Order: sequence, then C-alpha cells, then structure tokens
Amino acid sequence: MAEKKSLGKEFTKGLIKENPVLRLVLGTCPTLAVTTSVTNAIGMGVAATIVLVCSNIVISLLRKVIPSKVRIPAYIVVIAAFVTIVQMLVKAFVPALDTALGAFLPLIVVNCIILGRAEAFASKNTVLYSAVDGLGMGVGFTAALCMMGTVREILGAGTFLAGIQDLLVLFGDNVFGGWNGLDFNNALSTIGLQPITIFILPAGGFFVFGILMATANRIAEGRGKPKAELGCTSCPMAGHCNKNKDEKCEGTDKEATA
Amino acid sequence: MKYLIALLVMGLLTNNFVLSKFYGICPFLGVSKKLNTAVGMSAAVIFVMLMSTAATYPINQLLIKNDLEYLQTVIFILVIAALVQMVEIVLKKFMKPLYNALGIYLPLITTNCAVLGVVLLNVDEGYTFVQSMVNSLGAGLGFMLAMVLFAGVRKKMENCDVPEFLKGLPITLVAASLVSLSFLGFGGIVEGMGLI
Repeated sequence: MAEKKSLGKEFTKGLIKENPVLRLVLGTCPTLAVTTSVTNAIGMGVAATIVLVCSNIVISLLRKVIPSKVRIPAYIVVIAAFVTIVQMLVKAFVPALDTALGAFLPLIVVNCIILGRAEAFASKNTVLYSAVDGLGMGVGFTAALCMMGTVREILGAGTFLAGIQDLLVLFGDNVFGGWNGLDFNNALSTIGLQPITIFILPAGGFFVFGILMATANRIAEGRGKPKAELGCTSCPMAGHCNKNKDEKCEGTDKEATA
Repeated sequence: MKYLIALLVMGLLTNNFVLSKFYGICPFLGVSKKLNTAVGMSAAVIFVMLMSTAATYPINQLLIKNDLEYLQTVIFILVIAALVQMVEIVLKKFMKPLYNALGIYLPLITTNCAVLGVVLLNVDEGYTFVQSMVNSLGAGLGFMLAMVLFAGVRKKMENCDVPEFLKGLPITLVAASLVSLSFLGFGGIVEGMGLI
C-alpha cells in the first residue's frame, strides 16, 4: 500500500476489479438473504455503505492508537456502534426497510466486508483513502446486490423496484408522483405466463449467485485475472490466524481454494 | 412441550438456518469440503450458540429493565467475542481432547453471523429462556445437518465433469441451490405433525 495511488482508482477498484461480492466473495449472507427485491437490495447496500465509510474513517484515525493485539475487538466495537446508529435511524425514518431486512440489519456488524476492509485497508492507510475505499467497496456491494435483486425480482415476482416508495419516504411523500415500481404480472398473465417463484425462494438465491459468479469469473478470465475464490481474504479472522496460518487454514479455507 | 418440539423441527428442517435463512454462508461454503472438518466446525457452532444464548439471555433482561435495548447489538457481539475467547482458553487448559477437536474453529466463529443471528432472533421473537435454548439447539443442529449433507454432495461432485465456466465456486453455489431446493420438501411438516 506504500506506492502512491490516485483517489479515483481507490474508488473504482471496489466497483469492478475488487468487487467485494463477486471478486472477493465477502458478505455472502446478506447477498443471498435480502436480494428478493431490488428495493431491499438498495436499502441493505446503502446501510452497509454508510457503516463501511464511517467505520473506515474512525479506524483509520485510530490506527496508530489501537494496539495490534486487541485490534479485532476494537474494530468490532467501532463497527457495532455505527451499526447501532444506522439501525436506529432506519427504524425511525424507514420503518418498512427495518421490517424487510429483519436481523440482517444488525448483522452488518459481522459482515465480512466491513471487518475485512478495516483489517486490510483502513488499518494501514490515511483517512481520505480509507473513506474513498469504503465508499467504493460500499457502492460495489450495492451494485452487486442490485444485480442479484433485479434478476430475482423480475423472474421470481414479476416486478421491478416494487415498494420503492418505502425507501423514498426519506425524501417526502409521493416522490416521483408516487411511482411504486413496475409490475409485469398483468402483462405476463395476458400471454399465459407466471413469474417463476423459485427465484425469490432461497434455492433461487443460491442459483442466481452461482450464475452471476460464473459470469464474473468469465469476464475476469478474459482479462487474465484469476477466478474468484473463497480464500483467506474472505475470512474475517484471517488477521487472527496469521501466526499459524498453514496449520489453521489447512482444513478450512485452503481446502476451498485448492 | 409441543411448541418446543416444533421449534426444534423448524430449526432443523423447515426453516433451516443455512439453507433457508442464509445465516453462516461463509463457513457453509468454505469448510464443507471434507466431512470431518464440517462436523468439527458445526459442533463448535452448536457449542458457541448454546453458550452465547445462555449468556445473553440474562444480559438482555437487564438491558430491558434499564431501557437500554438499543445497546443489544454492541453488547451481544462483545459478549460473544469474549465468551469465545474464554471458552478457548478454558478448553485449552482443562479439556485438551475437546480443544483439539473444536479449538481451531473457535476463533472463526466470533464473526459467524449464525451465532449473533440466533441470539438476535431469540430476542426479536421474545422467547423465554427454555425456548431460546431449544431454538438455538435447533438452529445449530440445522447448521450441522446442512454442513454434513453438503459435504457429501461436494464429495460426489469432485468426480463430476463440470463445465469449465462453472468450475470452482459457481458450481458449489448451484449445488447448494439444489440442496436448498430439497429442503423445500419439508414445508408444512410442523403443521402436518400437529405441533402448532
């Protein structure tokens, strides 16, 4: 991280080259759980982005103060504090999102993306770069969630951006003239078709994620990049097991990468 | 009693923690390549889930009493992290065989969303202590069932001729999708057994 990097590059790497979901395979739980609709995906993405940027800033500010032995618990406390703030804000201003995301809103605390970025980037870089890195990763996360959400919602529910007013309520009542997403169900039924419900069920989530991952791998391969793998980068405790890495990862993560 | 059995069956089959609620996907994908690691990891998860449920229940009562519910997330994750560390130290000192079996997985579990997930779920649903413990046990056993089944599927998959573009993680996810699909078949089993 010593060489000089442009802020623009730090931002864009999170979008494509190091997309947290499709390239680094981080944060798979929310990716699968909340992407039954694009609205939920956007809500989750924005909430995680806010936490990511804020925690990256604070952790970067404190990087010289926190002793390295207790850094993981310290990071978790910082992250948990921001998650609590976001959770309270969402409960107060976007209650429908709070119901839709359920436990996955507080579970941002253990989202590997946030702890992973704290460990891999914010603890080694200056505040500005860490904030930009957080923003880029957050936007990349949101984009990947939206991709999953779009496929699953259109195929599985026959709608697109349904219930978007639940999010737009932040900006006042009836933004965009109360437009509440598209609904293809009527159009579909006139030609005798129905949405494929399996796509909004858990099984469809795994399937769509697999296909998206394969597509991302294909594109990456075309550019001479390795396939996305579950490795030590996707393990939030990687920092912890550095001392006897070979021993520890033998049965766990190395298996997956082999 | 009926309700407790229903909770257990739901956690194990109909609302499987991994395959239908998507908690703990990272270990599910990462540690399921071999059967023995899958069993070790899930045993550690069950252990930590039960311990943290037992520890957070009284703490939560205390928080509610003092109108501090908003601190739940912060306190729970700290309690779980501290507990995991403590359990690791105690096991290392006094129960060497158990430590050898579960030890390497313990630090990985602090940030496993299944553990915090089940604790938060118990609070959200307003379960009593016994119900919370049974729910956690069901969730943990469900995690183990999914891991063990999936380890078997992956073992079979090693000998398969997978299309080039699906090799690696994508085919693992597609396989997970099929395992999850099979769990849909359990839908309605709780109602069918007359448990609710």
